[in-house]
Amino acid sequence: MPDREALPERFAAWFASRGWEPRSHQLELLALGRAGRSALLVAPTGAGKTLAGFLPSLVALSERPARQKGRGLHTLYISPLKALAVDIARNLDQPVAEMGLSIRVETRTGDTPSHKRTRQIERPPDILLTTPEQLALLIAHREAAELFSELRCVILDELHALVTSKRGDLLSLGLARLHRLSPGLAAIGLSATVREPDDLRRYLVPQRPFPLPSAGEGGPRSGSGRDEVPQEGSTGLSGEVAIPSPASHPRGTLPRGGGRGLELGMADLVVVEGGARPDLHMLVTGAKLPLAGHTALQAMPAIYDLIRQHRTVLVFVNTRLQAEYTFQELWRINDDSLPIALHHGSLDVTQRRRVEAAMAAGQLRAIVCTATLDLGIDWGDVDLVINIGAPKGASRIMQRIGRANHRMDEPSKAYLVPANRFEVLECQAALDAVEEAAQDTPDARIGAPDVLAQHVLGMACADAFDPLQLYDEIVSAAPYADLSWEEFEGTVDYVATGGYALRAYERFAKILRGPDGLWRVRDGRVAQQYRMNIGTIIEATKVKVRLGRSLRGKPGTVLPKTGRVLGEIEEDFADTLTPGDTFLFAGEVLRFEGLHEDEALATRAGPGTDPAIPSYAGAKFPLSTFLAARVRALIADPFEWDRLPNQVGDYLAQQRRRSVLPGPADLLVETFPRGGRHYLTAFPFEGRLAHQTLGMLLTRRIERARLRPLGFAANDYGIAIWMTRDINERISLEPDFLDGLFAEDMLGDDLEAWLDESSIMKRTFRQCAVIAGLIERRHPGQKKTGRQVTMSTDLVYDVLRKHQPDHLLLRAARQDAATGLVDVGRLGMMLRRIQGRIIHKALDRVSPLSVSVMLEIGREKVYGEGADEILAEAEAQLLEEALAG
Amino acid sequence: MRRPNPGQEDAILALGQRLERITKTPGLNLAGETLSLDLCGGLWLPEHRTLVVSDLHLEKGSSFAARSGQFLPPYDTRETLACLHEVIARLDPACVVALGDSFHDPSGPERMEPGDRALVSVLQEGRDWVWIAGNHDHAVSSGVGGRYAETMAIGGLTLRHEPIAGAAEGEIAGHLHPCGKVAMRGRAVRRRCFVTDGRRLVMPAFGAYAGGLNVRNTAFEPLFPKGFTAHLLGDGRIFAIERAMLARD
Repeated sequence: MPDREALPERFAAWFASRGWEPRSHQLELLALGRAGRSALLVAPTGAGKTLAGFLPSLVALSERPARQKGRGLHTLYISPLKALAVDIARNLDQPVAEMGLSIRVETRTGDTPSHKRTRQIERPPDILLTTPEQLALLIAHREAAELFSELRCVILDELHALVTSKRGDLLSLGLARLHRLSPGLAAIGLSATVREPDDLRRYLVPQRPFPLPSAGEGGPRSGSGRDEVPQEGSTGLSGEVAIPSPASHPRGTLPRGGGRGLELGMADLVVVEGGARPDLHMLVTGAKLPLAGHTALQAMPAIYDLIRQHRTVLVFVNTRLQAEYTFQELWRINDDSLPIALHHGSLDVTQRRRVEAAMAAGQLRAIVCTATLDLGIDWGDVDLVINIGAPKGASRIMQRIGRANHRMDEPSKAYLVPANRFEVLECQAALDAVEEAAQDTPDARIGAPDVLAQHVLGMACADAFDPLQLYDEIVSAAPYADLSWEEFEGTVDYVATGGYALRAYERFAKILRGPDGLWRVRDGRVAQQYRMNIGTIIEATKVKVRLGRSLRGKPGTVLPKTGRVLGEIEEDFADTLTPGDTFLFAGEVLRFEGLHEDEALATRAGPGTDPAIPSYAGAKFPLSTFLAARVRALIADPFEWDRLPNQVGDYLAQQRRRSVLPGPADLLVETFPRGGRHYLTAFPFEGRLAHQTLGMLLTRRIERARLRPLGFAANDYGIAIWMTRDINERISLEPDFLDGLFAEDMLGDDLEAWLDESSIMKRTFRQCAVIAGLIERRHPGQKKTGRQVTMSTDLVYDVLRKHQPDHLLLRAARQDAATGLVDVGRLGMMLRRIQGRIIHKALDRVSPLSVSVMLEIGREKVYGEGADEILAEAEAQLLEEALAG
Repeated sequence: MRRPNPGQEDAILALGQRLERITKTPGLNLAGETLSLDLCGGLWLPEHRTLVVSDLHLEKGSSFAARSGQFLPPYDTRETLACLHEVIARLDPACVVALGDSFHDPSGPERMEPGDRALVSVLQEGRDWVWIAGNHDHAVSSGVGGRYAETMAIGGLTLRHEPIAGAAEGEIAGHLHPCGKVAMRGRAVRRRCFVTDGRRLVMPAFGAYAGGLNVRNTAFEPLFPKGFTAHLLGDGRIFAIERAMLARD
């Protein structure tokens, strides 16, 4: 057991005064902190994780000699959410005040006034709480070396959530810089339970030793795996930093799992087991479940009853549309007028803050929300979580469940509400996974090239850099550990002049290499540009939705600038609206009246109007691979069906009778005629994104086979493609036809050809171009003026892929596409899995399983339509009118 | 969503095909001259063997680098000239008219890569080449071959960069970079287009980096007080679309 004696008297007394017993992981972290070691703390919610993270710093700061002048920053805390940083600062004030510690705690976010920022650099606080973006700005500051020279500890909160995105890449590079500026720095990661804690342990500490600055090194280097000779630096410290050595483990903190040989380049691991098992159920009412759709209409009365029976309920849904819908339905039956609120990312910020404040004050009985409340501070006293729709991932659902009841010894109570029969399967798979505490967090990332480019420019802004030293520093960050010297050189070249084979921009270079071999930023303007464009979060350009007033007596005329702003919608979505279209937003059905300057004007639609435009962009998480495998296994094993609601078991039995049920590794393909068309349906269970890509590629191939495809639809479980010609006849003539259709080589030329034209790829490219600084961000509120030169990235994309297809930005976009919106990685895995395992069933009508995906047709956008088809239709409509008239 | 039923779809397809024949055969007519709209965005005057292209905006990429330090891929000039090369090789015009804003800024010609400069000379060989003055490149001096003019008359047509609201019939102009947008069934397509009301024609921008202005913008109103038809450059052909079917941005 950890050493209780390690806790100073003052702290022990404080714990006692609160009626607390220091927990063993808190003492373990304290011991590790005293030894100056980095550590990953994995603990469930309510385990006192944050206090554990700060304890070593609070103790160290309380023990240092009386205040001396010019003391540097001691501890840095990084959180993914600005609000969380502010909240933690408040929570720290209590122990600091109650123990009478002389410790200055401050936050630094985008909202911090500039005079305070300046002061924070001149006279740093002891503990600074901030975000990854602010860290990037701080390390690019001219005073960074000075500011961080005495930093002893960096605490990374919600690390599991941070590392899964480009923000995590950026943070890893910032962390590498901190390790370098302050050799011996201890990094503490705080995380929920993850599948691979070793990934996070590597993230925290340098993956390779890097030498301290030494003058006179130069010349190009070949390869990246050379041996380092540790050098004595001028500071007298050892030349290697922060590689944990197994020999120095303090008592009681031996990491779990793995032999000692694995310990190199990993932080120590402290795991807090368990907590109480969640009290988790599936909410199935007697009502008939639909085969498709995500509204869960049949469950609304039961959900309302649950809200009535609890203090405060968080109702999670997967998309903003569902949030809008659920909110409306709950109010429709809200006979008791319970305070039920709505919270999602498109709503106006002030409205969101109002909801959060009301909840913290205990004034709300329920909040219908999206992933915006997945993370963050504890708003009030939530005693029940309801998740409507598919859980999508085991880890995701566990995180959400954890939002109820933040005391770890009491069970969190939650209900999963399936909205259709497939979602019953997914909910059952998630229940099983939670029961086994199985996790499906994503794999560790490979650092993105665009983020690296941003960082390299930032480092030039901080100070002149030696490329060899910077390279060593960058490959010490886990996501960039495999970066080759050539890739790094290419990145520096990109930052300097755009990285083009045509050396057109040499004389405008942003960073310049001096005769001393060091790279320097060209001028203050470049540094200013860097600061304005920092960060990896690219918000979709949005337009405000304003409620306009119809002009009385003059229908169809709307007065702009009169009503209030309801929130924002993506410009892309607004682009597809035509005046008169109705859509759900902010809890109401609105009628789109047109765009006026940068605002979408809308009026309230008349009562009883159905929203005509089905969906707008919002977080749509694909079904995780892990849950997908479990769903396939459930379907394949009739003995498991007893655990499912009767109607779902019956449904599967019907499928078995009318067609066939695939085995856990099989791919079921059905073909059947319907309404003069020929249909092909397939059920890979690989998530909507991978299925959309598959649909695009299969449509191309079917086109080449001259079967005349007309369109396709996809959901999380399968796809349906329809065509004019009889595909079944083709299959009977050519037995290998299906194997060829689903062959892995579709990921070759077909994929390339499609990707090149795909709007998904163009959007991805745009994001990479902004992150890498090729084009400037548009800042919120900043209006497009006629004079301001904006450049369509689509044009840039088309020109670049034609003339330099291997350019850094195109590589970055492809890397994103592989895991992101196109999900090629997963598609590839599936195609390998099903080789020789395609089960084809020719039917004379649609099967129960196929009905579910057929119902998506008309519900979602139809893919496979080229621009020319749209244009031809617009043209033809005109002619039609002319002929009619 | 409102997808037409199968029968309707076939009917629309048939209509589209009929329309295609109608628009393809006679071509447009303006002030007694026959105009042929090319899918590349150029205008072909068959009776004069003249090709008109507008708003090339050559060296726009390098202009950004020089002025704001934004390193857009420097291949736009090459790309624009390659498209121009394709259409010139196909039509073999006796005269090529660049309808203004041929360079993104007056020092554009100086920044041009030697290879691109050589390609311009090759394109000019054996034919008349006219640079019409634009607002971006009004001060363009020599060094890029061809001859310069403020405006140019061909038959009944007047070619100038910036359209003039009260101009006489037969004006061919550029400057506005017209784009048409069609929004339908949750999808929007935005393409460069020719705009005409039978009295004048505004040409699409030809340059690889030239942006677009929606034809529903007020800038087009004084030019086409009685409405217009936009001819959108599709992937495979040009589509004639009436103002009423075009969406605002």
